[in-house]
Amino acid sequence: MEFLTPNAYTYLSVAIVMFALGAIGVMTRRNGIIVFMCIELMLNAVNLSLITFSKMHAVAGAEGVPHPGANGSMLVFFVMCVAAAEAVVGLSIIIALFRNRLDIDINNVNIFKW
Amino acid sequence: MTSLYPLIILLPLLGAMVIGLGGLMSPAFRKNEGLIGALATAMVGIPFLLVAYAFFTFGGEKISIELFTWMQAGNLEIGFNYQLDELSLLMGMIVTGVGMLIHLYSIGYMHGDQGYYKFFAYLNLFIFAMNNLILGDNLVVMFLGWEGVGLCSYLLIGFWYSDMLKAEAAQKAFVANRIGDFAMLIAMFLIYQGLGSATEMVSLSFSEIIHHDFGDSTFWIALLVFIAATGKSAQIPLFVWLPDAMAGPTPVSALIHAATMVTSGIYLIARMHPIFEASPEVLAIIVVVAALTAVIAAFTAIAQHDIKKVLAYSTVSQLGFMFMALGAGAYITAIFHVMTHAFFKACLFLGSGSVIHAMEHMHTVDDPQDIRTMGGLRKYMPSTGTTFWISTLAISGIIPLSGFFSKDEILASLFFFGEGFDLYKVIYIVGMFTAMLTAFYMTRVTMLTFEGEERFPDEKKPHESPAIMTIPLWVLAALAVVGGFLGLPVFLGEELNWIGHGWLEHVIHSEHHHAIHEHAHANETIEYILVAASALIAILTVFFTRNFYSKNGLAADEKVKNFFGGFYKTMEGKFYFDEFYQRTIIGPFKWLGENVIAWCEEYIVDGVVKGISDGVANIGDVFKRLQSGLVSNYILIISLGVILMLTFLIFG
Repeated sequence: MEFLTPNAYTYLSVAIVMFALGAIGVMTRRNGIIVFMCIELMLNAVNLSLITFSKMHAVAGAEGVPHPGANGSMLVFFVMCVAAAEAVVGLSIIIALFRNRLDIDINNVNIFKW
Repeated sequence: MTSLYPLIILLPLLGAMVIGLGGLMSPAFRKNEGLIGALATAMVGIPFLLVAYAFFTFGGEKISIELFTWMQAGNLEIGFNYQLDELSLLMGMIVTGVGMLIHLYSIGYMHGDQGYYKFFAYLNLFIFAMNNLILGDNLVVMFLGWEGVGLCSYLLIGFWYSDMLKAEAAQKAFVANRIGDFAMLIAMFLIYQGLGSATEMVSLSFSEIIHHDFGDSTFWIALLVFIAATGKSAQIPLFVWLPDAMAGPTPVSALIHAATMVTSGIYLIARMHPIFEASPEVLAIIVVVAALTAVIAAFTAIAQHDIKKVLAYSTVSQLGFMFMALGAGAYITAIFHVMTHAFFKACLFLGSGSVIHAMEHMHTVDDPQDIRTMGGLRKYMPSTGTTFWISTLAISGIIPLSGFFSKDEILASLFFFGEGFDLYKVIYIVGMFTAMLTAFYMTRVTMLTFEGEERFPDEKKPHESPAIMTIPLWVLAALAVVGGFLGLPVFLGEELNWIGHGWLEHVIHSEHHHAIHEHAHANETIEYILVAASALIAILTVFFTRNFYSKNGLAADEKVKNFFGGFYKTMEGKFYFDEFYQRTIIGPFKWLGENVIAWCEEYIVDGVVKGISDGVANIGDVFKRLQSGLVSNYILIISLGVILMLTFLIFG
């Protein structure tokens, strides 16, 4: 089964699907936590595409490059770290919101409305 | 010593700042009258000593003081430069010398006043501005002083600003001066235009201006400078502010509105005399305006009852004399009269201040300045009375006091200006007549104030002012006596005429002046007759007036009124200049403002502003609906935007 063998296109397809799901979730869901999870999903989709491209463009055996594709992998760890920090902040905002209003429906948090 | 000369300009500024800021910050300093007075006087006294040193060691070479470059633009380079030449030094001696005496006098006069520190701060600031005016080496520094003295004059006239009349007098002075200042500005632009097209670098310095031929614009420059001078030096048509300026404290009237500031127009014309030499039409205009001013002010002075008003109109009239001299091209004579006038008029004003000071302490007198409630004061105030008499005789032209020499030289210049009977001969007759009126009204005011019966209804007697006020009076009276000997008539010997021959002729070269001297020299007999006539007229007028008023007392005024008949009402009404301006200029402007401009204000100016703000608000009302407050909407828009951008990037 030739098409079941994983290659770059497979990975990218998964990333696209994940990103689209995340984007649709952010736009349609009203529960703050779910929206937040959807954002994380989008972030992971981007991570996946980043690591895929890193592997795909790595030149094996090039002079002075001991581990091809390692740069991209390192970057992904950084992204995950930042995302984790961001998740902490985001969740605490949602908790603070809940404590104040007993409600995390983001459509009700429209204080920036004219 | 030369390196100390910048202090002449800087010390008064320092004094103004220290006293003004110190008084604002510290109530203890404000109460310390002795310190404030001493400091202010020292800040004028030290410059006076420096000017005197420069004056007596002057070697004929102009001394330049260059501080720094003020402004530079294109081919224009204005420096903060000052010059000490014969004319500047003479004016400097007058300004700082008389200024110092008046500071000293003010220590006594302003004693106990609420704004004591403010007064001395303003007075020092005035000396700073005046020094800029007379010592400035270029037009722009001069103009700084020109505006500065106007400002200080405004501040000091309105010194007791809680009195609405005084505040209005200050405003009137400022507005009238602004008209002249505007003419000055245009004259400066014309000068810059003339110089800028001829030379590479323009510094607007006086030496540059007087050596340049301005061609066709000479006439306009001269006329505009003269208009500027009519503002500052109180000539028709702008003189109306000076009589009202007497609302200020009396030392101010003496310093600013008699001795120094009002003579700045004469200084300026003398400084720029080559331009006037080249435009005889302007000289003729000057001489006619000056003669009219002198005679009208003298008539007005006769019918006034306020001692300071009489002196104010007398000042206007004497300034008219100075301008008559300028109009005849006798610039040196004009400066000579500036000097003698500074002595006796400052003394007269300070004397009137001393009288007012005494009358104010007698609480039954309604108006401490009304000569009708005075009389017989010399018995109680011997120093003030004697010095006032001396100055009266000096201004009346009694030989051999200072006023005689300067006034006689002016009249002689008018007489010998041309040959045959021309305009200047008419002016000479007017001048002679005005001199007679001067002797009359000055003797009248002195007689009514100091001699005759006591008309103040009080058991409490007036008292002489303290020594700090009488010493300046005596010094000025002494100067008023001897000042004239600096400019003895040329026919007694050229070397005796120090002010012209020995001093000012090095900076002021006037063709007219030479012509006058030659005509006079050719007609020595006539000259002797003229001198004798003017001396005789002065003596007879003073003598007659003295007897007339000592015999009739206050009733003499009634006889004068009957003598003039219907004309007296015009004199008393100050020739209705104020009413004329009220009807022709101020009234129409007010009407225009209330009816036309107010409409424009409401519907055009406000309309545009309000229209813009309403328009912005309406647009905002439409677009604010984008801010729905729904996060998903925002994200949708962001996503669509990203997709759009990517589409362009990839397929575009």
